Amino acid sequence: VASLPLTERLRGRHDRNLWFVIFVGPFVLGLVVFVYIPIVWSVFLSFFNAHNTVTPTDFVGLGNYLDMLRDPSFRSSLLTFVVFALFIVPTTFAASLGLALLVNRARFARTFFRSVFFLPTACSYVVAALVWKLSIFSGVRFGLANTVLGWLGIDPVAWLSVTQPPWYWLVIVTARMWLQAGFYMILFLAGLQRISPSLYEAAAIDGATGWKVLRYITLPQLRATSTAVLLLLLINAFQAFDEFYNLLSSSGQYPPYARPPLVYLYYAALGQGQDFGHGSAGAVILTLLIALVALGQGRFLGLGRKED
Amino acid sequence: MPNIQRSTADKTGSVIRYAVLVVGAIFFLLPFYLLVRNGLSTEADITSPSWKLFPSSLKWSNISALFNDPAVPMLRSLVNSLVIAVVQTTGVLVISALAGYGLARIPFKYANAVFYFIVATLLIPAAVTFVPSFVLVSSLGWVSTLRGLIVPGLFQAFATFLFRQYFLNFPRELEEAAQLDGTGYWGTFWRVVVPNSKGFVAAIGTITFIGSWNSFLWPLVIAQDQNSWTVQIALSTFLTAQTVNLPELFIAASIAILPLVVMFVFLQRWIVEGVERSGISE
Repeated sequence: VASLPLTERLRGRHDRNLWFVIFVGPFVLGLVVFVYIPIVWSVFLSFFNAHNTVTPTDFVGLGNYLDMLRDPSFRSSLLTFVVFALFIVPTTFAASLGLALLVNRARFARTFFRSVFFLPTACSYVVAALVWKLSIFSGVRFGLANTVLGWLGIDPVAWLSVTQPPWYWLVIVTARMWLQAGFYMILFLAGLQRISPSLYEAAAIDGATGWKVLRYITLPQLRATSTAVLLLLLINAFQAFDEFYNLLSSSGQYPPYARPPLVYLYYAALGQGQDFGHGSAGAVILTLLIALVALGQGRFLGLGRKED
Repeated sequence: MPNIQRSTADKTGSVIRYAVLVVGAIFFLLPFYLLVRNGLSTEADITSPSWKLFPSSLKWSNISALFNDPAVPMLRSLVNSLVIAVVQTTGVLVISALAGYGLARIPFKYANAVFYFIVATLLIPAAVTFVPSFVLVSSLGWVSTLRGLIVPGLFQAFATFLFRQYFLNFPRELEEAAQLDGTGYWGTFWRVVVPNSKGFVAAIGTITFIGSWNSFLWPLVIAQDQNSWTVQIALSTFLTAQTVNLPELFIAASIAILPLVVMFVFLQRWIVEGVERSGISE
C-alpha cells in the first residue's frame, strides 16, 4: 500500500475517500462557513469593545461577560424565561398527552380529530400573534374574549398592556399552546401505538380499568416519549421570540416587561448602537446554558450511543 | 348483570370523550374561523359592539384592495417567501440526503469524527446564534438580499442526522444488486436509493418547507429593505404598526397560511410518518 502514489492513497480503495468527500463535503463546508465560523467569530467579538464594528481592536477581556451578568435586564430576561417555562411546559405537556389519549381511543372520525389538532403546526407564530392580539385578546370591547366577558357582565380587560395582574401571560401561553400541542400529540400517538396490546389484555384480565390502566401501564410505557417531549418543550421555550415580539412590540417600542432572552439579545445587539461585543457575550452565555439542556436531549436522540 | 353495567359505563365514557374532542376541535379551529371572518368583513363589522358570527356580507373586494394597496408590498413578499422556501427546501434535501448517505454507507476512516463534528452543532440552536450569523452575513454584503435569507439556512444538521439514521436502515440488498451491475455510489444513490425513499424525502421536504415559510427571526434581522421582505415580515410590520387596517391584515394573513394549509392537508400523512420515523419519541 505504501508504494502507491499519494493521490491514489488519498482517493482510497475504490475511490471511497473521494466519494465520501463528494457526498459529505458540501454539507460540511457549509457548516464550517455558516455555523462554525460565526460562532468562533462571536466568541472573539465577546472579548472586545465592538460598537458598530466586527473587526474590533479594543480588547476588554471578560468585561462584556461581567457586564452582562451584572445587567439587571439580562438577568430579568432569564427570569422571564423561567416563568414562561413554568407556564408553557406543564400545560402543553398535559394538553398534548390528553389529546393523544383521546384521539387514540376514538373509533370514529379519528383521522379528522388528529388533523384538526395537528393543523395549527402549519401556522406561523406571526399569524397566531395576529389573531390573538387583534381578535381573541384584543383589549377593546369587540375582542372575542372581552365579548364573552361582556355577556357575563364583566368589564373588558386590556390583556396585553396591564401588568397587574399579568394577563399577557395568558395570551402568550395560549398562543404557543395552540401552535405546538398538535405536534407533541403526534409524538405521543406514536408512543402509544408502540405499546403492546398484550399489556392491556393482561390488565383487563386482572380487572384493571380506566385510571389504573393509565397510571400503571400507559404512562410508564410512555416514559421515553415523555422525557423527549419535556426537553423539546424546554429548549423551544428558551428560544421563544416570535410571539413575544409580535404580541408585545408596537411601532418599534417593546414594553419593559416580558422580555425573554432572545428578545433581550435582539434589542441589545441589533438595536441602536449595534453593540456586538455585549451581544456576542450574551449569545455565548445563552448558548452554554442551552447546550447543557441539549446535552440531555442528545441522550434521547441516541447520539451518545456507539453506532455500528 | 355486570356486563350490562360495564357497557353503559363504556358508552358514557365514550360520549364524554367525544364531547371533549368536539369542544377541543372547536377551540383549535376558532383562530382559522376568525382569520377568514375578519378577512372578509368590513372594519365596521369587526368593531361592531355586538358579536357577528358572520359578516353581514362577504367582502371579497378586500383581496383586490390588499393587492392594490401601494403601502403593502404583498405580492412581492409572497413571491420572496415562495422563492426562499422552494430553493431552501430543494437545497436542504439534496445537500442533507447526500451527506446522510455518505455518512451511512461510504466507509471512511474519519467518518465518526465527521459525524460528531456535525451533531455537535445540534447542541447550539440556530436562533441563539443569530447575532454572529448576522455579523457574518453583513460582512459578506448579503443584508437585504435573497442570498442572505436563503444560503445560511441550507445547512441543517438535524436533516442530515435524520437522513443518516434513515439510510442506515435502508435495505442493503437493493443497493447490492445495483453494485453487482457495476454501479458506483453516485449511480446507486440516485437510481436506487432516492426512488425508494420518496416518502421520507417528502416528509423532510414538507417539514423544511413549513419551517422556511414560517421563519421569522432570521428574516427580521436580514430583510431590512422592503424589497426583500418575506410574507411574515410584511404581516409583522403592519401588525406592530401604530394603526392597523383590520380587514386587510386578516385577509393578508389568511392568504399567507393558505398554501401551507393546502399542502398540509395533502401531505400530512408523510409528516406524521416523518415525525414518527425521526425516532424523537423512542
